[in-house]
Amino acid sequence: MFKGNFIDNLPKIYGTYTGGFIVFIILMAIAEQAGMTAKTIGILFVAFTVCIYALIGYLSRTVQVDAYYVAGRQVPTVFNGMATAADWMSGASFVAMAGGIYFGGYTYMAFLVGWTGGYVLVSSLLAPYLRKFGCYTVPDFIGTRYGGNFARFCAVVVLTLASFTYVTAQINATGTIASRALSIPFELGVWVGLVSILLCSMLGGMRAVTWTQVAQYIVLIIAYLIPVFWISNKSGFGFFPHFMLGEEVARLGDLEAQFGLVKNAAADVKAAGVPGGLKSIAVSHAGVPEGGMAAWKFISLALCMMVGTASLPHILMRYFTTPSVKAARKSVAWSLFFIALLYTSAPMLATLSKISLIDPNLPTGIIGKPIAEIMQIEWVNAWINVKQAFIADFNGDGILQLNEWFMRGDVVVLATPEVAGLPYVISGLVAAGGMAAAMSTADGLILAIANALSHDIYYKIIDPKADVRKRLLVARALLIVIGAAGAYIASMRITSILGAVAWAFDFAMSGLFFPLILGVWWKRATRQGAIAGMIAGLASGTAYLIYVYPKFMGNAPWLGIDHLRFGIIGASVCLVVMVVVSLMTEEPDKATQQMVDEVRVPSGKTILGKQH
Amino acid sequence: MSNKEKHWEKTRGLMIITLIIWFVFGYLIFMFGSDLNTSSFMGYPLAYYMCAQGSIIAFVVLIFWFANRQEKIDEEFGFTEKEDD
Repeated sequence: MFKGNFIDNLPKIYGTYTGGFIVFIILMAIAEQAGMTAKTIGILFVAFTVCIYALIGYLSRTVQVDAYYVAGRQVPTVFNGMATAADWMSGASFVAMAGGIYFGGYTYMAFLVGWTGGYVLVSSLLAPYLRKFGCYTVPDFIGTRYGGNFARFCAVVVLTLASFTYVTAQINATGTIASRALSIPFELGVWVGLVSILLCSMLGGMRAVTWTQVAQYIVLIIAYLIPVFWISNKSGFGFFPHFMLGEEVARLGDLEAQFGLVKNAAADVKAAGVPGGLKSIAVSHAGVPEGGMAAWKFISLALCMMVGTASLPHILMRYFTTPSVKAARKSVAWSLFFIALLYTSAPMLATLSKISLIDPNLPTGIIGKPIAEIMQIEWVNAWINVKQAFIADFNGDGILQLNEWFMRGDVVVLATPEVAGLPYVISGLVAAGGMAAAMSTADGLILAIANALSHDIYYKIIDPKADVRKRLLVARALLIVIGAAGAYIASMRITSILGAVAWAFDFAMSGLFFPLILGVWWKRATRQGAIAGMIAGLASGTAYLIYVYPKFMGNAPWLGIDHLRFGIIGASVCLVVMVVVSLMTEEPDKATQQMVDEVRVPSGKTILGKQH
Repeated sequence: MSNKEKHWEKTRGLMIITLIIWFVFGYLIFMFGSDLNTSSFMGYPLAYYMCAQGSIIAFVVLIFWFANRQEKIDEEFGFTEKEDD
């Protein structure tokens, strides 16, 4: 069907794939009209897409080291952009971000700014130089630039800690979605999710992950955008929601003033028996909280997420796969473009969802109506039954007030199509999108950890004489071990104790940000400086986290730097220690300085050989 | 000054300009969030618009602009990569 080599045919291949997926959605819509049950549609959506990813994973199998670690360095810019976007947008971004904005409003949107702005740092400070270096993993850069196995080892420790914090949440999300869509218990769902994840990565490493991530991006972006546009049009809010929801945002402000934003007392919530994790709207949608402290909290959160982005190895390693340094730079731009398609839609979905629910003039509105009447609505009943929504009539007047309606953040993405009266086929599509988002991120993270352990620890430190066959065998065995460890922890349902996804960003920035950028931008940075910086940064960041996190020591945060922002402490300590120790020790030798000069020039051969 | 040093000086200059623009859209404007919200853009309160879309779009444009500028600098000093490299 396709002549010529695989890379030249990529647009055709993924064009056909996208067309096929749309045909599948239409077929499901027809099947729904013909009477297929919602449950069957959900199963078919998830099963069909996962089988496609597994097929791509199988077709991308390889026995070559550079294909396994860096996809043969031939991924074109735009496709690498899509793969990075899928790698980046986790199950949490897909399912929880709109919910976060729904409840957190403007304050929460610091995450949006933070999770996009970091790419400016990636493109201007890091990606092109790491590509020129020609490393397979992030610790590979640290180990070669600073020299010595100990520096390499420290980088692996930071990488593993940051990525593992993140990956359990992703496996947890695949488990939740798989269990809901396939109607199986959560514990089983986690293992089904893990098997799907490993099918995509085990045989082909980075090459397989790249081509499945592109396929997953296409599914997740279709699954996110169709409902947003459909709801906006169906409910008459405007043809193009991004440009046309200004009035609705303003109207939300009026409604907030009318109903009043009441923060329920914790004791009342507990007495009413509201299930854990459910919230009511208590924060303004678009209003900016007054005062310098509020502004600092917004900025400091954005800062942590941005610097964390530029230190997360599963993202940085995507730019090792482009054909050239120039392509790496352009690819960062495309990545952010594809990410922006979803991130700019999340606030629109949150706005649509909120106005549909709280505007009493709309047929879908529930606030201000008699509770007995609301309990008759099918979707309200369904979500209350599974403890995802709750009504507590605090003042006992039988009318639903804004502070009496509780729901879980995820419901915004999962239930809004239903609330707006869209056919069930859309809910199936959303489940497939959420699964794609969670799987692609989990794949990238597991691969980042397994590659660092197999390349940097096993091959570079333990057994440098190992042959290719043995190296790839170890790499694959580690994938299974790390995936299983993540799934085991996820299945124990203790992820809430492990803390927020934001921690991964803080860990990464505490230990890796400055050793990475100073490795390129400051010739004087020495091995001792980098090692001291990584250790001091990670240790101080972690110590501060324990000091401040409510479930550990729970002390009052210093200057508003709470457990979501502990990377500010870690990274600052890392910078100071690294600079001081570097200046106290002898400057790097001639060869190292020449290497840094060479990294700064885009043309010419990579520092490390094609196969190393 | 050698060719390489001149190239690096220009590269560093571009990096600094890029990060200044980044700082403006990522931080500076949000220091004045409540003032921004008194004006509106396409009907949205301005601070809300900037974090929902404005800054994100600015970052995308900024990175494309940066990549093009850097390519020009590389060309100027003869460091353009061969495509088959």
